[in-house]
Amino acid sequence: MEHADLLVDWSRAQFALTALYHWLFVPLTLGLTFIVAIMETMYVKSGDEKWKKITKYWMGLLAINFAIGLATGIIMEFEFGTNWSNYSWIVGDIFGAPLAIEGLMAFFMESTFFAVMFFGWNKVSKKMHLLSTWLVAIGSNLSALWILVANGWMQHPTGMSFNPDTTRNEMANFWEVLFNPNAVSKFLHTVSSGYVLASLFVIGISAWYLLKKRDIEFAKKSILVASSFGLLTSMYLITTGDESAHQVALNQPMKLAAMEGLYKGEKRAGIVAVGALNPAKELGDDKETFLFKFEIPNALSVLGYHKLDAYVPGMDDLVNGNKEQGIVSVKEKMQKGKLAIKALADYKKYKKANDSSHAEEALKTFKTYEKYMGYGYLKKPQDALPDVALTFYSFHTMVGLGFWFLLLFVLVLYYTMKDSIESKKWLQYAALFTIPLGYVAQEAGWITAEVGRQPWAIQDLLPVGMATSSVATSSVMITFWLFAVLFTALLLAEIKIMLKQIKIGPEGH
Amino acid sequence: MFDLLTLQQYWWFLVSVIGALFVFMTFVQGGQTLLYTLGQTEDERDLLVNSLGRKWELSFTMLVMFGGALFAAFPLFYAVSFGGAYYVWMAILFCFIIQAVAYEYRKKPDNLYGERFYEIFLYINGSLGIFLIGVALGTLFTGGNFVVNDLHLSHWTVQSYGLEALLNPFNVVFGLMLVFLARVQGALYFFNNVAENSITSRIKKVVLTNFILFLVLFLFVVGYILFANGYRYDPSTGVVSVERMKFLHSFMDMPVLLAALLAGVASLLYGVYIGIVKQARKAIWFTGIGTIVTVTVVMLILGWDNSVYYPSLADLQSSLTIVNSSGSHYTLSVMSVVSLLVPVVLLYIFFVWRSMDKTQMTIDEVKSDSHHY
Ligand code: HEM
Repeated sequence: MEHADLLVDWSRAQFALTALYHWLFVPLTLGLTFIVAIMETMYVKSGDEKWKKITKYWMGLLAINFAIGLATGIIMEFEFGTNWSNYSWIVGDIFGAPLAIEGLMAFFMESTFFAVMFFGWNKVSKKMHLLSTWLVAIGSNLSALWILVANGWMQHPTGMSFNPDTTRNEMANFWEVLFNPNAVSKFLHTVSSGYVLASLFVIGISAWYLLKKRDIEFAKKSILVASSFGLLTSMYLITTGDESAHQVALNQPMKLAAMEGLYKGEKRAGIVAVGALNPAKELGDDKETFLFKFEIPNALSVLGYHKLDAYVPGMDDLVNGNKEQGIVSVKEKMQKGKLAIKALADYKKYKKANDSSHAEEALKTFKTYEKYMGYGYLKKPQDALPDVALTFYSFHTMVGLGFWFLLLFVLVLYYTMKDSIESKKWLQYAALFTIPLGYVAQEAGWITAEVGRQPWAIQDLLPVGMATSSVATSSVMITFWLFAVLFTALLLAEIKIMLKQIKIGPEGH
Repeated sequence: MFDLLTLQQYWWFLVSVIGALFVFMTFVQGGQTLLYTLGQTEDERDLLVNSLGRKWELSFTMLVMFGGALFAAFPLFYAVSFGGAYYVWMAILFCFIIQAVAYEYRKKPDNLYGERFYEIFLYINGSLGIFLIGVALGTLFTGGNFVVNDLHLSHWTVQSYGLEALLNPFNVVFGLMLVFLARVQGALYFFNNVAENSITSRIKKVVLTNFILFLVLFLFVVGYILFANGYRYDPSTGVVSVERMKFLHSFMDMPVLLAALLAGVASLLYGVYIGIVKQARKAIWFTGIGTIVTVTVVMLILGWDNSVYYPSLADLQSSLTIVNSSGSHYTLSVMSVVSLLVPVVLLYIFFVWRSMDKTQMTIDEVKSDSHHY
């Protein structure tokens, strides 16, 4: 492989590694901060010391998780500079703002009131303490808002224009960036996934106590809060997931096609509920896409476009073009993109030479082809295709698990209401073993969103190959392995500490 | 509303203040390097860790904020420096990653590597981490090996990707200076925050030795800054050139900054004085304000007055100024509105600290607290 390709691969690998690690901890924080806030509210309202004990116990686990979330998080912000420095310049004018606002509005709130939440029990009034706990929850969710605004913008860039003099995209409308429909649906889907994960976590651990026949009352109270919270939020999660898919259909048709393994576009497209992709299948050939599949008819047209007979383009159409449907081929877009790149270089050249009439002409050409500029950097049309298998399987894993979680919450809440959860051993086991599945669904969600939009760092504007820093590949390899070793070592410590605290249980606190 | 240059200057001011607040907050790191000097029993060390533990997240957040503000306001610096001086920034980040887990995991049963291991993390963060940040800040004076091309894309010209900065004595001195300053402040923070005589009786000596070391390095840095060459750009053409004693000239152009610098240094000295002589609880406030003012002024002298704040050693005309590296007029305006939140944030931090720090911490308190580090 060429140096440039290797560099991109290692830079992506490092970003994926650090992001996947970071995401092991974030969703639990997003949800558990709310769950403990609810529990503490119960305490303050009822004055019942048992609720205080419950609150403190879950806060203890939250703290362990929170620390490693911070540790893995700081690197994410700086990696845009260290590993994606072209990106930082080309879109930093838009992308930097939400990151800075996140720091100012959310991180300070989180970290300031976090100290009160943990160490302020005897130092501030009950009400002030409760307020601090809520502020930590709000702060952590606000931080999710801003970072997802940033991510949503990468998936669907809005509110900016390209400035040929500074050769970068510049923000033109802050509100369009903030209320980008993609960002909104992403935020709602992501935070609700955090609530669901935290509910699974609380229920699963409580179920373990029930299985061990200890701390029964504590466990039942925790389950009550978590299963109510989980049921509501998982319904919401599915709704927001549907909206996310709609957004993907509108702005990232290639991702949608990959999510569903759809090569040839069709009307009334169905969704493959369960299926196995044919590994021999390639773009443009006539081989079967699936080894086997079980399909829900029409569902993709409905999910994606909210219309029964909507046409859903397939990967073949999107790469090779489809005249009938008015889809331009990638090859053509690449040609136009190359014209844009050349015109921009000409513009710069003439500008430098003070040749304003030629410069103006070049600028005009550039404006004509500007929106294809990103495609000009691709080497071959097939490069516009993401990894289909990874996108397809991770999407299906996430959705399948989403429905399982909903069912689990219904069952747990039902038996809790009937006060017979204690005797339902099978359900306790199911809850316990669903904890890791919660994490699987989380990571699968991000793999869908991020692998599915390859090769784009910014959809249609900037492919990952253009976005990296120009450092030596070996430097990135070194830091990749350092991260891999360090994060794994810290994760192992975290799990061990967490398990020990669970074993010690609420009475040990 | 405001013209672009005004906003660029305003944002350089904000970045400077945030940077200065971070340097102040490094008392946390300084304290981390003193655990075994000031705490001789396990209980004493636990108290010290818990005392710092109420503040560490804020210092961490300040660093993150510094990065965020730079990204939003001066994206070209973000791209050029982070992407070029790769190893230095990565090393700094590793030093902070390990800090974040160390507090919470150090005392937990079954923490896999043992208490000492996490204490070493705290030590590395407090010493190497701060030293490297100092080295990186030093390069704002001494420069980096980068080239920015016509498309504003940049690359580093030497394969050591930032490690070469360690060969420059000024950068090294700058880094060491920050380490000793952090230790002075850390010790004074303990004066303020803990009430165990066994510990506070050891503080005086620590302050004194670290302060003397700091002072020597500080004088060297000030001397260098005043008399060394600096860089300026011509505001009409943007062309960068070298100027003898540039910083001295800038101080003469902006006497207010000179006055502020003197006041800052005086406050710092007074804080150290009442710390050593009277063991005053409020010593940290004077050294703290002194630090914030001094660092802010030093940063301003780098960015304002048509200065180059990040010279390129590889290609002088690639050097960064607040004018050629900033965000767009629109973005800076939006962010300026957002920055009105800064006083609100500072205010609630102040109130929370006050209510949490009403009484000094003791060993008994740490032991009886349900959640402690
Ligand atoms: C059950 C129905 C679900 C549907 C229809 C659904 C749909 C989607 C879609 C279409 C995306 C991609 C959005 C994009 O690329 O911009 C996505 C992303 C994601 N999903 Fe789901 N999802 C579901 C359940 C879940 C569950 C159960 C979890 C985790 C507990 C989850 C967590 C995530 C995460 C973390 C992302 C990445 C962030 C984002 O793009 O919003 N999802 N989901």
